[in-house]
Amino acid sequence: MQTADLLPLVLVLAAVAYGFAYMRSRAVAAPLGGIRNLKALPAYYAARAALWCAIPALIILGTWAAFEGKVIQDVVMASLPAELAPQSAGHASLTLSQISNLAAGKLDPAMVPDGISGAAALLQELREQSSRFKALLVILIAVLGGAFAWTRVAPHINARKSVERTLQRLFFVCAAVAILTTIGIVFSVIFETVRFFGKVPMSEFLFGTSWSPQTALRADQIGSEGAFGIIPLFTGTLMISAIALLIAVPVGLLSAVYLSEYASRPVRAVVKPLLEMLAGVPTVVYGFFAALTVAPFIRDLALMLGLEASSQSALAAGLVMGIMIIPFVSSLSDDVINAVPRALRDGSLALGATQSETMKNVIFPAALPGIMGGILLAASRAIGETMIVVMAAGLAANLTANPLDSVTTVTVQIVTLLTGDQEFDSAKTLAAFALGMMLFIVTLLLNVIALKVVRKYREQYD
Amino acid sequence: MTNPGSQAELVRRSLKRRYRKERRFRFYGIAAISIALFSLVILFTDIVSKGYTGFIKTTVTLEVHLDGELMYLNDASDPEQVAMADFQAPIIKALQGYFPQATSRADKRELSRMTGSYASNQVRDLLMENPDWLGSTRTIEFPAHDTVSVYVKHAGDPGYSIRLTEQQQRWTDELLGKGVVDTGFNDVFFTSGDSREPSNAGILGALIGSLLTMGITLVIAFPVGVAAAVYLEEFAPSNRLTDFIEVNINNLAAVPSIIFGLLGLAVFIGLFGMPRSVPVVGGLVLALMTLPTIIISSRAAIKSVPPSIREAAEGIGASKMQVVLHHVLPLAMPGMLTGSIIGMAQALGETAPLLLIGMVAFIVEIPDGFFSSATVLPVQIFIWAGSAEQGFVELASAGIMVLLAFLITMNAFAIWLRKRLERRW
Repeated sequence: MQTADLLPLVLVLAAVAYGFAYMRSRAVAAPLGGIRNLKALPAYYAARAALWCAIPALIILGTWAAFEGKVIQDVVMASLPAELAPQSAGHASLTLSQISNLAAGKLDPAMVPDGISGAAALLQELREQSSRFKALLVILIAVLGGAFAWTRVAPHINARKSVERTLQRLFFVCAAVAILTTIGIVFSVIFETVRFFGKVPMSEFLFGTSWSPQTALRADQIGSEGAFGIIPLFTGTLMISAIALLIAVPVGLLSAVYLSEYASRPVRAVVKPLLEMLAGVPTVVYGFFAALTVAPFIRDLALMLGLEASSQSALAAGLVMGIMIIPFVSSLSDDVINAVPRALRDGSLALGATQSETMKNVIFPAALPGIMGGILLAASRAIGETMIVVMAAGLAANLTANPLDSVTTVTVQIVTLLTGDQEFDSAKTLAAFALGMMLFIVTLLLNVIALKVVRKYREQYD
Repeated sequence: MTNPGSQAELVRRSLKRRYRKERRFRFYGIAAISIALFSLVILFTDIVSKGYTGFIKTTVTLEVHLDGELMYLNDASDPEQVAMADFQAPIIKALQGYFPQATSRADKRELSRMTGSYASNQVRDLLMENPDWLGSTRTIEFPAHDTVSVYVKHAGDPGYSIRLTEQQQRWTDELLGKGVVDTGFNDVFFTSGDSREPSNAGILGALIGSLLTMGITLVIAFPVGVAAAVYLEEFAPSNRLTDFIEVNINNLAAVPSIIFGLLGLAVFIGLFGMPRSVPVVGGLVLALMTLPTIIISSRAAIKSVPPSIREAAEGIGASKMQVVLHHVLPLAMPGMLTGSIIGMAQALGETAPLLLIGMVAFIVEIPDGFFSSATVLPVQIFIWAGSAEQGFVELASAGIMVLLAFLITMNAFAIWLRKRLERRW
């Protein structure tokens, strides 16, 4: 039985356990003079039975399902005769897909060596056994758990307390998913990154000025040495983010100021949701807009002015990314401006300053740390943005300061290196994880600093 | 010492300049808002103007005489004969009925490029379904060839290049006049999966893929997010561990989405050996990504339930868990739902992490389960936007319109829900 079928089955079993325990608790209570003589309401006994039935079974099911594929694969690969044993990781994945295609009946057994078809038979058999055992074990555990809870329906046992304790622990586990996710992220990038630095020295990665992630098919091939210098990617990312911020910060900030200081209530009620619509548009839509409308427009404009422009310019990607970040900047600045105490504003106005003078000389200086925090958050978002640059910025790792040139970014390279055919273990694939780690560290630092700044600023006025 | 009279004079004289500055500042604000709104308008008009033709299909309706001799076929139920037969011939013959002088080899080749590349397959499938049609004459509607479609829909548009020969253009004009070539509502777009040919490509596969993926995301992210929010708001002791969880949630909310793709690739596919490009893995990755949004909005919803409710429940002897489950959660539910819908809308538009876990494959079949290869709406748009054939650009923008329609509906529903159910205390 497959995991997808077992899951509902366990839930049905839990419901059955609930029903049985409910009836039993009423039956137990009846001779005592009704349910008022039980320590807990019948529903709690029933819920405890359902939890006993479902939770251990689901834990077993989840663990088994998570690791069975991997374990079976390893056993099958270990069973291959010595002459077929794979020499490299690439060969291993090829052999593995051959075996699984054979087992699935997509490949003619006559086409492969005997060892492989033996392995395919083994794979098939192991899969069947595994799913049989899994089903048996899960059902057994569920039934045993339910039965155990059923025997523990007794008037002197307070089922409510144990149900509440279990629920509270469940809630904690859910909250801990956040920690697990972070750990998952860190570990998924760190191992591959360490392996990458085993192949490419860290100094070359951090300070190299040329990026062309080639891996040679043959050792004697020309240009077989890939270049993994991150500098051109870094400058490309910085240029596009800088263009985006140059658009987004003034526009976002001034719109926030106008909306919070000058706009009448109806104008605000219309304009604010419209601005927020910009934030709700998916990034792939911005990417489409940048690649098919803005980039050709900029190229034509540059040609008209007699300038050389690439059809995938940094300017197009940066401009559109700037538009995307406007609502982000404006809502953050709006919060910050509104957090400046009313008294400061009133004091300034009472001294005869105009609204703009109050804004420039009193509110801005007071709100500056908060605004800086907002800008840092916006920068982190711009650096991590992927789809716009994938679609509009191009792949050529040029080390250039000309915004009309095509540049590439860290995120573009991650996507390019990891989509399509990939061999695990090659420096090319591992490089993507190293880039991911850089990206994670940089955005994390920006976020931590920004949150610190914003919080500190809030405390000042609270 | 200056005397007060002259100082007032000074102020009065500077007033004009200061008011001018004031007006200028105000103008900057209006300009900024105009720039933002102008971009929004440009964005939407650009997409609608590029994409509305995606909802229009060009068809060629022909009276096809299914002549067995012409097709080298005398039994349509025999798979071997079907494999050898020429199903293009009757289509060309039918077109020659309109242009009797087109008989040369080159003419025939041009005629065969009036209908889409899959037209012969369409004839084959029809004959295999109804073997008794052999020898009869039937009216069959074919999708027009991509180039014909571009000519019919975009002649004169500088954004498109017409790739028809002059002869083909003449033919097309003539057939348009006779009503053989016609345009209509593009039902194919809503009823089929992806295809190499724009006229056969549809969005249904990606739509189903999105629904399956979102299903997984919702089933995981909503309960886990709500439970985490309840724990953090109601039960968490104030200690280091709780602080650490909070820091983690805040940081995860700002981690670039592509990093979650790396997580999915390394953990779900690499470590757990799950298959690539399936909705389950996509749903899991998006669930982890949306979780912080749901937790943060759920916490806000729980916080907004007034303490008097809690105190009243506690006062009549409810346990902490009963207070939460029976009173706080039902009252906070509208706020939680609103936050979750907004989080789901974000996940629906997300592309980058799904590229890394292989949901970017070319998939013709409509996915039929959580473990079948699938793609999702935004990824389909990405694939089409990068395709070389001209016809795919309008499909991409039509796809964007469908995606935006879903997002707007979801957000409108969230707003309605909030207005309808949220109580002001």
